[in-house]
Amino acid sequence: MELKLILEAVLFSAQKALSLKEIRDVFAGAPEHAEGDETARRLKKPKEDELVAALEDLAREHEQAGRSFRLACVAGSWQFVTQPEYSPWLKALVGHKARPPRLSQPALETLAIIAYRQPVTRAEVEQVRGVAVDGVMQTLLERGLIEQAGRAEVVGRPMTYGTTPVFLEYFGLRSLEDLPAADELRRVAVQKPEGLATVDPGLATAPPEQLTLPAEGTKPEGQPQ
Amino acid sequence: MAEYKVKFEVFEGPLDLLLYLIKKEEVDIYQVNLTRLAGQFIEYIETMRLLDLEVAGEFLVMAATLMYIKSRELLPVDQQAQAQDDDDGEDPRWELIRQLVEYKKFKDAAAQLEALEERQQNVFPRAPARLEFDSETPARSEASIFDLVSAVNTVLQRFGKRPEQRDIFEDKWTVSEKIQLLLQALAQKPLMKFSELFAGASSRSEVVATFLALLELIRLKHLAAIQDEPFGEIVICRVDKPPAEAAARTPDTAPSPAPPPPGTGDQPSPAGAQPNTSST
Repeated sequence: MELKLILEAVLFSAQKALSLKEIRDVFAGAPEHAEGDETARRLKKPKEDELVAALEDLAREHEQAGRSFRLACVAGSWQFVTQPEYSPWLKALVGHKARPPRLSQPALETLAIIAYRQPVTRAEVEQVRGVAVDGVMQTLLERGLIEQAGRAEVVGRPMTYGTTPVFLEYFGLRSLEDLPAADELRRVAVQKPEGLATVDPGLATAPPEQLTLPAEGTKPEGQPQ
Repeated sequence: MAEYKVKFEVFEGPLDLLLYLIKKEEVDIYQVNLTRLAGQFIEYIETMRLLDLEVAGEFLVMAATLMYIKSRELLPVDQQAQAQDDDDGEDPRWELIRQLVEYKKFKDAAAQLEALEERQQNVFPRAPARLEFDSETPARSEASIFDLVSAVNTVLQRFGKRPEQRDIFEDKWTVSEKIQLLLQALAQKPLMKFSELFAGASSRSEVVATFLALLELIRLKHLAAIQDEPFGEIVICRVDKPPAEAAARTPDTAPSPAPPPPGTGDQPSPAGAQPNTSST
Protein backbone atom coordinates (compact mmCIF):
# COMPACT_ATOMS: atom_id res chain seq x y z
CA MET A 1 0.00 0.00 0.00
CA GLU A 2 1.26 3.36 -0.92
CA LEU A 3 1.54 6.21 1.57
CA LYS A 4 -0.29 8.46 -0.88
CA LEU A 5 -3.33 6.21 -1.09
CA ILE A 6 -3.53 5.80 2.67
CA LEU A 7 -3.54 9.59 2.94
CA GLU A 8 -6.28 9.75 0.33
CA ALA A 9 -8.45 7.35 2.29
CA VAL A 10 -7.85 9.18 5.56
CA LEU A 11 -8.59 12.61 4.11
CA PHE A 12 -11.57 11.29 2.20
CA SER A 13 -13.35 10.25 5.36
CA ALA A 14 -12.04 13.02 7.62
CA GLN A 15 -14.70 15.36 8.97
CA LYS A 16 -12.38 18.34 9.02
CA ALA A 17 -9.10 19.60 7.67
CA LEU A 18 -6.19 17.63 9.09
CA SER A 19 -2.90 19.17 10.13
CA LEU A 20 0.35 17.31 9.66
CA LYS A 21 0.38 16.53 13.36
CA GLU A 22 -3.09 15.01 13.22
CA ILE A 23 -2.13 12.96 10.18
CA ARG A 24 0.95 11.65 12.00
CA ASP A 25 -1.25 10.76 14.98
CA VAL A 26 -3.37 8.68 12.63
CA PHE A 27 -0.32 6.81 11.40
CA ALA A 28 0.92 6.33 14.95
CA GLY A 29 -2.41 4.80 15.96
CA ALA A 30 -2.83 2.55 12.91
CA PRO A 31 -0.74 -0.50 14.04
CA GLU A 32 -3.15 -1.08 16.95
CA HIS A 33 -5.92 -1.73 14.46
CA ALA A 34 -3.91 -3.67 11.91
CA GLU A 35 -3.68 -7.28 12.96
CA GLY A 36 -0.28 -8.30 11.75
CA ASP A 37 -0.31 -5.89 8.84
CA GLU A 38 3.28 -5.08 8.13
CA THR A 39 2.55 -1.81 6.30
CA ALA A 40 0.88 -0.14 9.25
CA ARG A 41 3.87 -0.89 11.44
CA ARG A 42 6.31 0.16 8.78
CA LEU A 43 4.52 3.49 8.30
CA LYS A 44 4.07 4.12 11.99
CA LYS A 45 6.29 7.17 11.96
CA PRO A 46 6.38 8.70 8.51
CA LYS A 47 8.89 11.48 8.02
CA GLU A 48 7.38 14.91 7.69
CA ASP A 49 8.94 15.69 4.33
CA GLU A 50 7.77 12.32 2.98
CA LEU A 51 4.25 13.11 4.14
CA VAL A 52 4.26 16.54 2.55
CA ALA A 53 5.69 15.14 -0.68
CA ALA A 54 2.99 12.44 -0.78
CA LEU A 55 0.25 14.99 -0.04
CA GLU A 56 1.49 17.32 -2.74
CA ASP A 57 1.73 14.42 -5.15
CA LEU A 58 -1.83 13.44 -4.32
CA ALA A 59 -3.04 17.02 -4.77
CA ARG A 60 -1.32 17.18 -8.15
CA GLU A 61 -2.90 13.91 -9.24
CA HIS A 62 -6.36 15.15 -8.35
CA GLU A 63 -5.67 18.43 -10.10
CA GLN A 64 -4.61 16.64 -13.27
CA ALA A 65 -7.58 14.30 -13.18
CA GLY A 66 -9.80 17.36 -13.52
CA ARG A 67 -12.27 16.28 -10.87
CA SER A 68 -14.91 18.52 -9.32
CA PHE A 69 -12.97 18.45 -6.07
CA ARG A 70 -9.35 18.89 -5.14
CA LEU A 71 -7.05 18.36 -2.21
CA ALA A 72 -6.40 21.76 -0.67
CA CYS A 73 -3.97 22.84 1.99
CA VAL A 74 -5.24 25.80 3.95
CA ALA A 75 -3.24 27.23 6.84
CA GLY A 76 -1.21 24.05 6.95
CA SER A 77 -4.18 21.66 7.15
CA TRP A 78 -5.22 19.32 4.35
CA GLN A 79 -8.74 18.72 3.19
CA PHE A 80 -10.75 17.74 0.13
CA VAL A 81 -12.78 20.70 -1.11
CA THR A 82 -15.01 21.25 -4.10
CA GLN A 83 -14.08 23.48 -7.01
CA PRO A 84 -15.68 26.93 -6.86
CA GLU A 85 -17.70 26.49 -10.06
CA TYR A 86 -19.93 23.87 -8.41
CA SER A 87 -21.03 26.25 -5.68
CA PRO A 88 -24.68 26.68 -6.86
CA TRP A 89 -25.44 23.02 -6.30
CA LEU A 90 -23.57 22.87 -3.02
CA LYS A 91 -25.31 25.96 -1.75
CA ALA A 92 -28.60 24.27 -2.58
CA LEU A 93 -27.43 21.19 -0.72
CA VAL A 94 -26.02 22.65 2.49
CA GLY A 95 -27.37 26.18 2.47
CA HIS A 96 -25.30 29.33 2.38
CA LYS A 97 -22.09 29.32 4.27
CA ALA A 98 -22.44 31.22 7.48
CA ARG A 99 -19.80 33.75 6.55
CA PRO A 100 -19.30 37.34 7.62
CA PRO A 101 -19.90 40.00 4.96
CA ARG A 102 -17.26 40.55 2.31
CA LEU A 103 -14.43 42.93 3.13
CA SER A 104 -14.56 46.50 1.89
CA GLN A 105 -11.99 47.95 -0.48
CA PRO A 106 -10.13 49.90 2.26
CA ALA A 107 -10.15 46.80 4.45
CA LEU A 108 -8.69 44.66 1.66
CA GLU A 109 -5.98 47.24 0.92
CA THR A 110 -5.05 47.55 4.59
CA LEU A 111 -5.04 43.79 4.95
CA ALA A 112 -2.82 43.43 1.88
CA ILE A 113 -0.28 45.86 3.32
CA ILE A 114 -0.25 44.05 6.67
CA ALA A 115 -0.06 40.64 5.03
CA TYR A 116 2.94 41.48 2.86
CA ARG A 117 4.76 43.72 5.30
CA GLN A 118 4.19 42.03 8.63
CA PRO A 119 5.13 42.75 11.31
CA VAL A 120 4.12 46.30 10.57
CA THR A 121 3.06 49.30 12.64
CA ARG A 122 -0.12 51.25 12.12
CA ALA A 123 1.94 54.29 11.09
CA GLU A 124 3.68 52.30 8.35
CA VAL A 125 0.33 51.11 7.00
CA GLU A 126 -0.97 54.67 7.01
CA GLN A 127 2.13 55.83 5.20
CA VAL A 128 1.48 53.44 2.35
CA ARG A 129 -2.23 54.13 2.11
CA GLY A 130 -1.95 57.86 2.70
CA VAL A 131 -4.99 57.89 5.01
CA ALA A 132 -5.81 57.02 8.59
CA VAL A 133 -6.65 53.36 9.05
CA ASP A 134 -7.94 53.22 12.66
CA GLY A 135 -11.48 52.10 11.85
CA VAL A 136 -10.38 49.57 9.28
CA MET A 137 -7.74 48.11 11.60
CA GLN A 138 -10.36 47.74 14.29
CA THR A 139 -12.62 45.81 11.93
CA LEU A 140 -9.77 43.52 10.89
CA LEU A 141 -8.84 42.89 14.52
CA GLU A 142 -12.45 42.14 15.45
CA ARG A 143 -12.79 39.67 12.61
CA GLY A 144 -9.63 37.95 13.79
CA LEU A 145 -7.83 38.42 10.49
CA ILE A 146 -4.97 40.33 12.09
CA GLU A 147 -3.48 40.38 15.56
CA GLN A 148 -0.88 42.25 17.54
CA ALA A 149 2.49 40.80 16.74
CA GLY A 150 4.75 42.67 19.14
CA ARG A 151 6.33 46.07 19.40
CA ALA A 152 8.61 47.86 16.98
CA GLU A 153 12.05 48.84 18.24
CA VAL A 154 11.56 52.51 17.45
CA VAL A 155 10.66 55.56 19.51
CA GLY A 156 7.45 54.98 21.44
CA ARG A 157 7.67 51.24 20.80
CA PRO A 158 4.46 51.14 18.76
CA MET A 159 2.44 47.95 18.41
CA THR A 160 3.09 45.88 15.32
CA TYR A 161 0.51 43.78 13.55
CA GLY A 162 0.49 40.56 11.58
CA THR A 163 -2.01 38.19 10.02
CA THR A 164 -3.57 35.20 11.80
CA PRO A 165 -4.36 31.62 10.69
CA VAL A 166 -7.93 32.88 10.20
CA PHE A 167 -6.55 35.12 7.46
CA LEU A 168 -5.12 32.12 5.63
CA GLU A 169 -8.37 30.20 6.02
CA TYR A 170 -10.45 33.14 4.86
CA PHE A 171 -8.52 33.45 1.63
CA GLY A 172 -7.82 29.75 1.23
CA LEU A 173 -4.05 30.15 1.44
CA ARG A 174 -1.65 27.43 2.44
CA SER A 175 0.83 29.81 4.04
CA LEU A 176 2.03 33.38 3.71
CA GLU A 177 4.41 32.14 1.00
CA ASP A 178 1.27 31.40 -0.98
CA LEU A 179 0.27 35.08 -1.23
CA PRO A 180 0.06 36.19 -4.84
CA ALA A 181 3.27 37.85 -6.05
CA ALA A 182 4.66 37.54 -2.55
CA ASP A 183 8.31 38.10 -3.35
CA GLU A 184 7.61 41.24 -5.32
CA LEU A 185 5.59 42.98 -2.65
CA ARG A 186 7.09 41.93 0.61
CA ARG A 187 9.52 44.86 0.69
CA VAL A 188 8.89 46.93 -2.35
CA ALA A 189 12.17 47.40 -4.15
CA VAL A 190 11.93 50.49 -6.28
CA GLN A 191 15.06 52.29 -7.23
CA LYS A 192 15.41 55.91 -7.92
CA PRO A 193 15.72 56.16 -11.68
CA GLU A 194 18.76 57.90 -13.06
CA GLY A 195 18.26 61.32 -14.48
CA LEU A 196 15.22 62.32 -12.54
CA ALA A 197 17.17 65.07 -10.84
CA THR A 198 17.88 67.02 -13.98
CA VAL A 199 14.91 68.23 -15.94
CA ASP A 200 14.21 71.23 -18.05
CA PRO A 201 12.52 74.02 -16.17
CA GLY A 202 8.79 73.96 -16.66
CA LEU A 203 8.75 70.31 -17.49
CA ALA A 204 7.29 68.56 -14.52
CA THR A 205 9.23 65.37 -14.67
CA ALA A 206 12.02 64.01 -16.74
CA PRO A 207 11.18 63.06 -20.33
CA PRO A 208 10.04 59.47 -20.73
CA GLU A 209 13.33 58.17 -22.10
CA GLN A 210 15.10 59.28 -18.93
CA LEU A 211 12.67 57.52 -16.68
CA THR A 212 13.03 53.81 -16.61
CA LEU A 213 11.36 51.19 -14.55
CA PRO A 214 13.76 49.65 -12.09
CA ALA A 215 15.34 46.53 -13.48
CA GLU A 216 13.97 43.27 -12.14
CA GLY A 217 15.76 41.88 -9.16
CA THR A 218 17.66 45.01 -8.22
CA LYS A 219 18.05 45.43 -4.52
CA PRO A 220 17.50 48.75 -2.84
CA GLU A 221 20.38 50.24 -0.88
CA GLY A 222 18.21 50.54 2.18
CA GLN A 223 14.64 49.94 3.14
CA PRO A 224 12.46 52.82 1.97
CA GLN A 225 11.14 54.75 4.89
CA MET B 1 -21.44 74.92 10.16
CA ALA B 2 -21.51 72.06 7.72
CA GLU B 3 -23.34 69.47 9.71
CA TYR B 4 -24.67 67.57 6.77
CA LYS B 5 -21.67 66.11 5.05
CA VAL B 6 -21.44 63.50 2.37
CA LYS B 7 -18.46 61.22 2.52
CA PHE B 8 -16.59 61.16 -0.77
CA GLU B 9 -16.82 57.47 -1.32
CA VAL B 10 -15.10 56.97 -4.61
CA PHE B 11 -11.65 57.93 -3.37
CA GLU B 12 -10.56 56.66 -0.05
CA GLY B 13 -7.55 58.94 0.15
CA PRO B 14 -5.41 61.39 -1.78
CA LEU B 15 -3.36 58.58 -3.29
CA ASP B 16 -6.50 57.02 -4.72
CA LEU B 17 -7.41 60.33 -6.29
CA LEU B 18 -3.92 60.73 -7.77
CA LEU B 19 -4.01 57.21 -9.21
CA TYR B 20 -7.41 57.94 -10.67
CA LEU B 21 -6.14 61.13 -12.31
CA ILE B 22 -3.09 59.32 -13.67
CA LYS B 23 -5.30 56.58 -15.07
CA LYS B 24 -7.48 59.22 -16.69
CA GLU B 25 -4.40 60.69 -18.34
CA GLU B 26 -3.54 57.22 -19.63
CA VAL B 27 0.13 57.55 -18.75
CA ASP B 28 2.55 55.44 -16.80
CA ILE B 29 3.06 56.50 -13.22
CA TYR B 30 6.76 57.05 -13.93
CA GLN B 31 5.99 59.36 -16.83
CA VAL B 32 3.31 61.48 -15.29
CA ASN B 33 3.47 65.27 -15.49
CA LEU B 34 3.24 66.18 -11.84
CA THR B 35 2.65 69.89 -12.50
CA ARG B 36 -0.45 69.11 -14.51
CA LEU B 37 -1.48 66.55 -11.94
CA ALA B 38 -1.16 69.17 -9.20
CA GLY B 39 -3.56 71.43 -11.08
CA GLN B 40 -6.10 68.66 -11.58
CA PHE B 41 -5.82 67.55 -7.99
CA ILE B 42 -6.55 71.01 -6.64
CA GLU B 43 -9.40 71.39 -9.11
CA TYR B 44 -10.92 68.24 -7.66
CA ILE B 45 -10.60 69.48 -4.10
CA GLU B 46 -12.28 72.71 -5.13
CA THR B 47 -15.16 70.77 -6.65
CA MET B 48 -15.48 68.67 -3.53
CA ARG B 49 -15.66 71.83 -1.45
CA LEU B 50 -18.24 73.34 -3.77
CA LEU B 51 -20.38 70.27 -3.30
CA ASP B 52 -19.87 70.65 0.44
CA LEU B 53 -18.13 67.31 0.63
CA GLU B 54 -15.87 66.80 3.55
CA VAL B 55 -12.27 67.24 2.45
CA ALA B 56 -10.06 65.18 4.69
CA GLY B 57 -6.87 66.70 6.06
CA GLU B 58 -4.80 64.20 4.08
CA PHE B 59 -6.02 65.75 0.87
CA LEU B 60 -4.78 69.15 1.95
CA VAL B 61 -1.39 67.71 2.86
CA MET B 62 -1.16 66.15 -0.56
CA ALA B 63 -2.22 69.41 -2.20
CA ALA B 64 0.54 71.20 -0.31
CA THR B 65 3.10 68.60 -1.43
CA LEU B 66 1.99 68.99 -5.02
CA MET B 67 2.19 72.77 -4.79
CA TYR B 68 5.68 72.47 -3.35
CA ILE B 69 6.73 70.26 -6.25
CA LYS B 70 5.16 72.68 -8.68
CA SER B 71 6.88 75.68 -7.13
CA ARG B 72 10.29 74.01 -7.30
CA GLU B 73 9.84 73.57 -11.01
CA LEU B 74 9.66 77.33 -11.38
CA LEU B 75 13.20 77.85 -10.17
CA PRO B 76 16.04 78.10 -12.70
CA VAL B 77 17.88 74.87 -13.32
CA ASP B 78 21.09 75.77 -11.47
CA GLN B 79 19.26 76.76 -8.32
CA GLN B 80 17.10 73.65 -8.52
CA ALA B 81 20.15 71.46 -8.37
CA GLN B 82 21.49 73.43 -5.40
CA ALA B 83 18.26 73.14 -3.52
CA GLN B 84 18.39 69.42 -3.93
CA ASP B 85 21.88 69.19 -2.56
CA ASP B 86 21.25 70.91 0.73
CA ASP B 87 17.83 69.37 1.07
CA ASP B 88 17.53 66.16 2.98
CA GLY B 89 18.55 64.56 -0.28
CA GLU B 90 15.12 63.31 -1.24
CA ASP B 91 13.53 64.70 -4.35
CA PRO B 92 9.87 65.28 -3.44
CA ARG B 93 8.81 64.20 -6.92
CA TRP B 94 10.59 60.95 -6.60
CA GLU B 95 9.22 60.50 -3.10
CA LEU B 96 5.68 60.95 -4.36
CA ILE B 97 6.10 58.68 -7.36
CA ARG B 98 7.64 56.02 -5.17
CA GLN B 99 4.68 56.26 -2.81
CA LEU B 100 2.23 56.04 -5.70
CA VAL B 101 3.93 53.00 -7.19
CA GLU B 102 4.01 51.29 -3.85
CA TYR B 103 0.37 52.03 -3.16
CA LYS B 104 -0.64 50.90 -6.63
CA LYS B 105 1.04 47.55 -6.06
CA PHE B 106 -0.86 47.05 -2.84
CA LYS B 107 -4.07 48.06 -4.53
CA ASP B 108 -3.44 45.35 -7.10
CA ALA B 109 -2.62 42.90 -4.33
CA ALA B 110 -5.91 43.82 -2.64
CA ALA B 111 -7.74 43.05 -5.88
CA GLN B 112 -6.08 39.64 -5.96
CA LEU B 113 -7.07 39.04 -2.35
CA GLU B 114 -10.62 39.96 -3.27
CA ALA B 115 -10.59 37.37 -6.04
CA LEU B 116 -9.30 34.79 -3.56
CA GLU B 117 -11.98 35.81 -1.09
CA GLU B 118 -14.69 35.28 -3.67
CA ARG B 119 -13.26 31.94 -4.75
CA GLN B 120 -12.95 30.74 -1.20
CA GLN B 121 -16.58 31.60 -0.48
CA ASN B 122 -17.57 29.15 -3.19
CA VAL B 123 -15.36 26.36 -2.00
CA PHE B 124 -17.02 23.69 0.10
CA PRO B 125 -15.15 21.32 2.37
CA ARG B 126 -15.44 17.56 2.31
CA ALA B 127 -17.79 17.26 5.31
CA PRO B 128 -20.14 20.17 5.84
CA ALA B 129 -21.27 18.84 9.20
CA ARG B 130 -20.93 22.16 10.99
CA LEU B 131 -23.05 23.89 8.37
CA GLU B 132 -25.98 21.57 8.99
CA PHE B 133 -25.71 22.43 12.62
CA ASP B 134 -25.68 26.12 11.79
CA SER B 135 -28.83 25.92 9.72
CA GLU B 136 -30.67 24.32 12.61
CA THR B 137 -30.20 27.19 15.01
CA PRO B 138 -32.39 29.81 13.35
CA ALA B 139 -35.32 27.38 13.39
CA ARG B 140 -35.77 27.95 17.09
CA SER B 141 -35.31 31.69 17.19
CA GLU B 142 -36.34 33.78 20.11
CA ALA B 143 -39.04 36.31 19.47
CA SER B 144 -37.83 39.88 19.71
CA ILE B 145 -39.46 42.50 21.89
CA PHE B 146 -41.08 43.92 18.76
CA ASP B 147 -42.65 40.57 17.97
CA LEU B 148 -44.00 40.40 21.49
CA VAL B 149 -45.36 43.95 21.47
CA SER B 150 -47.01 43.42 18.13
CA ALA B 151 -48.55 40.18 19.41
CA VAL B 152 -49.90 41.80 22.56
CA ASN B 153 -51.27 44.60 20.45
CA THR B 154 -53.33 42.04 18.56
CA VAL B 155 -54.68 40.76 21.85
CA LEU B 156 -55.49 44.26 23.05
CA GLN B 157 -57.54 44.91 19.94
CA ARG B 158 -60.04 42.44 21.34
CA PHE B 159 -61.02 45.05 23.90
CA GLY B 160 -61.65 47.63 21.26
CA LYS B 161 -60.61 51.23 21.39
CA ARG B 162 -60.07 52.98 24.64
CA PRO B 163 -63.42 54.26 25.80
CA GLU B 164 -63.82 58.01 25.83
CA GLN B 165 -65.36 57.91 29.27
CA ARG B 166 -63.53 55.95 31.84
CA ASP B 167 -64.52 54.64 35.16
CA ILE B 168 -61.83 54.64 37.74
CA PHE B 169 -61.51 51.32 39.44
CA GLU B 170 -58.93 49.47 41.38
CA ASP B 171 -56.56 47.30 39.41
CA LYS B 172 -57.65 43.80 40.12
CA TRP B 173 -54.43 42.27 38.87
CA THR B 174 -50.89 42.95 39.87
CA VAL B 175 -47.82 41.94 37.90
CA SER B 176 -46.48 39.80 40.71
CA GLU B 177 -49.74 37.84 40.89
CA LYS B 178 -49.55 37.26 37.16
CA ILE B 179 -45.97 36.06 37.48
CA GLN B 180 -47.16 33.41 39.91
CA LEU B 181 -50.01 32.41 37.62
CA LEU B 182 -47.77 32.18 34.58
CA LEU B 183 -45.25 30.02 36.40
CA GLN B 184 -48.04 27.75 37.60
CA ALA B 185 -49.57 27.46 34.15
CA LEU B 186 -46.25 26.59 32.56
CA ALA B 187 -45.38 24.13 35.31
CA GLN B 188 -48.30 22.03 34.08
CA LYS B 189 -47.80 22.47 30.35
CA PRO B 190 -44.41 22.42 28.68
CA LEU B 191 -45.33 25.15 26.26
CA MET B 192 -48.17 27.55 25.63
CA LYS B 193 -49.15 29.63 22.69
CA PHE B 194 -48.81 33.34 23.26
CA SER B 195 -52.53 33.89 22.67
CA GLU B 196 -53.44 31.22 25.21
CA LEU B 197 -51.88 33.32 27.94
CA PHE B 198 -54.53 35.94 27.44
CA ALA B 199 -57.49 33.66 26.72
CA GLY B 200 -59.08 34.31 30.11
CA ALA B 201 -58.28 38.02 30.34
CA SER B 202 -61.31 40.23 30.84
CA SER B 203 -59.82 43.72 30.65
CA ARG B 204 -57.03 45.68 29.09
CA SER B 205 -55.33 46.12 32.42
CA GLU B 206 -55.32 42.40 32.94
CA VAL B 207 -53.72 41.80 29.54
CA VAL B 208 -51.11 44.46 30.32
CA ALA B 209 -50.38 42.92 33.71
CA THR B 210 -49.94 39.46 32.17
CA PHE B 211 -47.74 40.88 29.45
CA LEU B 212 -45.50 42.71 31.91
CA ALA B 213 -45.26 39.54 33.96
CA LEU B 214 -44.23 37.66 30.83
CA LEU B 215 -41.55 40.22 29.98
CA GLU B 216 -40.21 40.04 33.51
CA LEU B 217 -40.00 36.25 33.39
CA ILE B 218 -38.26 36.36 30.02
CA ARG B 219 -35.82 38.88 31.41
CA LEU B 220 -35.14 36.64 34.38
CA LYS B 221 -34.68 33.76 31.92
CA HIS B 222 -37.42 31.65 33.50
CA LEU B 223 -39.37 31.63 30.27
CA ALA B 224 -38.48 32.02 26.62
CA ALA B 225 -40.59 33.29 23.76
CA ILE B 226 -39.93 31.29 20.61
CA GLN B 227 -41.05 32.20 17.14
CA ASP B 228 -40.30 29.51 14.61
CA GLU B 229 -41.06 31.54 11.53
CA PRO B 230 -41.16 35.31 11.00
CA PHE B 231 -44.50 36.74 12.14
CA GLY B 232 -45.67 33.27 13.10
CA GLU B 233 -47.35 32.27 16.35
CA ILE B 234 -45.18 32.93 19.38
CA VAL B 235 -44.78 30.04 21.76
CA ILE B 236 -43.84 30.45 25.41
CA CYS B 237 -41.84 27.74 27.09
CA ARG B 238 -39.80 27.19 30.20
CA VAL B 239 -36.14 27.82 29.72
CA ASP B 240 -35.03 24.53 31.22
CA LYS B 241 -36.96 22.74 28.51
CA PRO B 242 -36.41 23.98 24.96
CA PRO B 243 -39.48 23.42 22.76
CA ALA B 244 -37.81 20.86 20.49
CA GLU B 245 -37.13 18.67 23.48
CA ALA B 246 -40.47 19.47 25.06
CA ALA B 247 -42.34 18.65 21.88
CA ALA B 248 -40.51 15.37 21.65
CA ARG B 249 -41.51 14.55 25.20
CA THR B 250 -45.19 15.35 24.84
CA PRO B 251 -46.12 12.06 23.16
CA ASP B 252 -44.46 10.20 26.05
CA THR B 253 -46.52 11.85 28.74
CA ALA B 254 -49.77 11.94 26.80
CA PRO B 255 -49.53 9.28 24.13
CA SER B 256 -53.13 9.09 22.89
CA PRO B 257 -54.09 12.53 21.52
CA ALA B 258 -51.10 14.16 19.90
CA PRO B 259 -51.41 17.89 20.48
CA PRO B 260 -51.47 20.04 17.35
CA PRO B 261 -48.03 21.39 16.58
CA PRO B 262 -47.69 25.10 17.26
CA GLY B 263 -47.96 27.29 14.25
CA THR B 264 -50.60 25.36 12.30
CA GLY B 265 -53.05 27.96 11.11
CA ASP B 266 -56.18 25.80 10.80
CA GLN B 267 -56.71 25.59 14.56
CA PRO B 268 -56.63 29.13 15.81
CA SER B 269 -56.87 29.65 19.51
CA PRO B 270 -60.01 31.43 20.72
CA ALA B 271 -58.13 34.55 21.75
CA GLY B 272 -56.35 34.85 18.45
CA ALA B 273 -59.38 34.25 16.27
CA GLN B 274 -61.76 36.79 17.66
CA PRO B 275 -59.91 40.05 17.11
CA ASN B 276 -59.20 39.13 13.52
CA THR B 277 -62.83 38.64 12.66
CA SER B 278 -64.41 41.38 14.74
CA SER B 279 -62.08 44.34 14.58
CA THR B 280 -61.22 44.27 10.89
